Amino acid sequence: MRTEPLFQPVMSEVRSTRTVSLTFNEQPLNVPAGTSVAAALLMSGIGRFRATPVSESPRAPYCMMGVCFECLVEIDGVPNRQSCLIEVSDGMRIRSQEGARDLMFAPVDVETFEVQP
Amino acid sequence: MNPVNVDVVVVGAGAAGMSGAVALARSGLQVVLLDEQGSPGGQIYRGITLAPLGRRDMLGPDYAHGNELAQALAASSVQYEKGAAVWQVTRDHQVSYLRDGRLHTLQARAVLLATGAMERPFPIPGWTLPGVMTAGAAQILLKSSGLAPSEPVVLAGCGPLLYLLGWQYLRAGVPIKALVDTTRPEDYWRARRHLFAALRAWPYLRKGLDLMRSLRSAGIAHYTGAEQLAIEGEEAARALLFTVGGKAQRVATRCVLLHQGVVPNIQFSQSLRASQHWDADQLCFSPKVDPWGALDVPGIYVAGDGAGIGGAQAAAVQGELAALGIARQLGTLSDAQRDYRAEPLRAMLESNLRIRPFLDALYQPKEANRIPADEVMVCRCEEVTAGELRQFVALGCTGPNQAKSFGRCGMGPCQGRMCGLTVTEVIAKARGVSASEVGYYRIRPPIKPITLGELAGE
Repeated sequence: MRTEPLFQPVMSEVRSTRTVSLTFNEQPLNVPAGTSVAAALLMSGIGRFRATPVSESPRAPYCMMGVCFECLVEIDGVPNRQSCLIEVSDGMRIRSQEGARDLMFAPVDVETFEVQP
Repeated sequence: MNPVNVDVVVVGAGAAGMSGAVALARSGLQVVLLDEQGSPGGQIYRGITLAPLGRRDMLGPDYAHGNELAQALAASSVQYEKGAAVWQVTRDHQVSYLRDGRLHTLQARAVLLATGAMERPFPIPGWTLPGVMTAGAAQILLKSSGLAPSEPVVLAGCGPLLYLLGWQYLRAGVPIKALVDTTRPEDYWRARRHLFAALRAWPYLRKGLDLMRSLRSAGIAHYTGAEQLAIEGEEAARALLFTVGGKAQRVATRCVLLHQGVVPNIQFSQSLRASQHWDADQLCFSPKVDPWGALDVPGIYVAGDGAGIGGAQAAAVQGELAALGIARQLGTLSDAQRDYRAEPLRAMLESNLRIRPFLDALYQPKEANRIPADEVMVCRCEEVTAGELRQFVALGCTGPNQAKSFGRCGMGPCQGRMCGLTVTEVIAKARGVSASEVGYYRIRPPIKPITLGELAGE
């Protein structure tokens, strides 16, 4: 869900001319090239990056330097990426992590048989 | 895959790492400098080689100073590896890192750890809510991307970094709604015995005073002696609540930046089982080092804030001193050469550290903001509260490592970085013993996350 961005470029900043396109939860975003994924999401109005595995409470970046692990997102299918340490790139598919991961369950054919008492 | 042999591996390209690596290369050693970021500078000089001139100017001369170190690095023979996440350093000097999803291992003759500092946890009610960040985090957004809060921001806590960020925001035209300072009159009283030494560090002290003066004259609401800090909000921060002199205050904001000092990042020295000590002035654990930064693990050195907080200038000097120690150990310098070159560095280091006791005393974080009330979340990853920790103690839990088995405290992805010190102090207080006796988490590699696939790809 997008809201008013929590962070924006300061007035004196020259707007980046180069941008890259990526998606966050399937929503297309255009962000300046060269920034971290976390910074790009924060300036695009993404205020909530994930829900915790324990209580599904909302979280967002806290330290921006790779020590708090609050900014974990799924990038191009790989979960638990530290978005503050990864630079944006064109075509990146980013997803928020919602709660605990489902156990990957592959159904197998099980032969049923009757147990003789 | 066989490890590649090198003379020295330096971990971390901040002030200490850059200066140490350059000095080592200058003494004729083959040096690899590994750093997690995409450009050198560490956190203090974050993005220094990429920041446009206007941004560099707005951030101030202390930041711009980092460019000299970065230029020296670029001109040196140091092999600088960016985007390298070091996940293991062994006692026999093997350094393993992940870069672009590939594993690499170096076999060094000596290792210099320059992993710097991280912000001290600030456990208060609501500190896990989106919209609450460290002042350092916001400063990183400013340094690396030119970003600042889009709505008037609240800065809360104490310490030079908090005021520096406020000053930088003023220069950038970023509105500050309030500065909520936890410093109380008795802090000045406690710090006064270090005032004489601080006066001898006059340029530093004057810089601080100028900075505080410009914050005051900017007309920002400045609360001092703030207590009982809490963030209001359910899905995100809505306001900062606090009391001043017993009177309740509420400042509405979507963005609260917290800071109460920085502490050494000791993940590697801990994982190496190096001896450490509890620093009663800085209220944190630091590894025990000799005058060259050597740990009690042969051939492994620490320079900069990772060995105790001294600031960027001190860190750069410590990097050079460690380089001398390592060069002596590896035989490229004699004892006499090492000591001769160290002499002016030691004088510089002493002068750079002169202000520290004053700062440490004045901005000592308040006990209530280090050892929080029962309902406050201590371990953010596994969501363990201070009250639960105290219940563990009542059941016989004696230290941080037992707290893991009692309730997964410290076992989440951050590996205890965000709760370690709080857990130590909460348990120490509950047991009525010293933090030193309680100790810290036993840290094990991988220090950085690595997938089984990446590990198997070796």
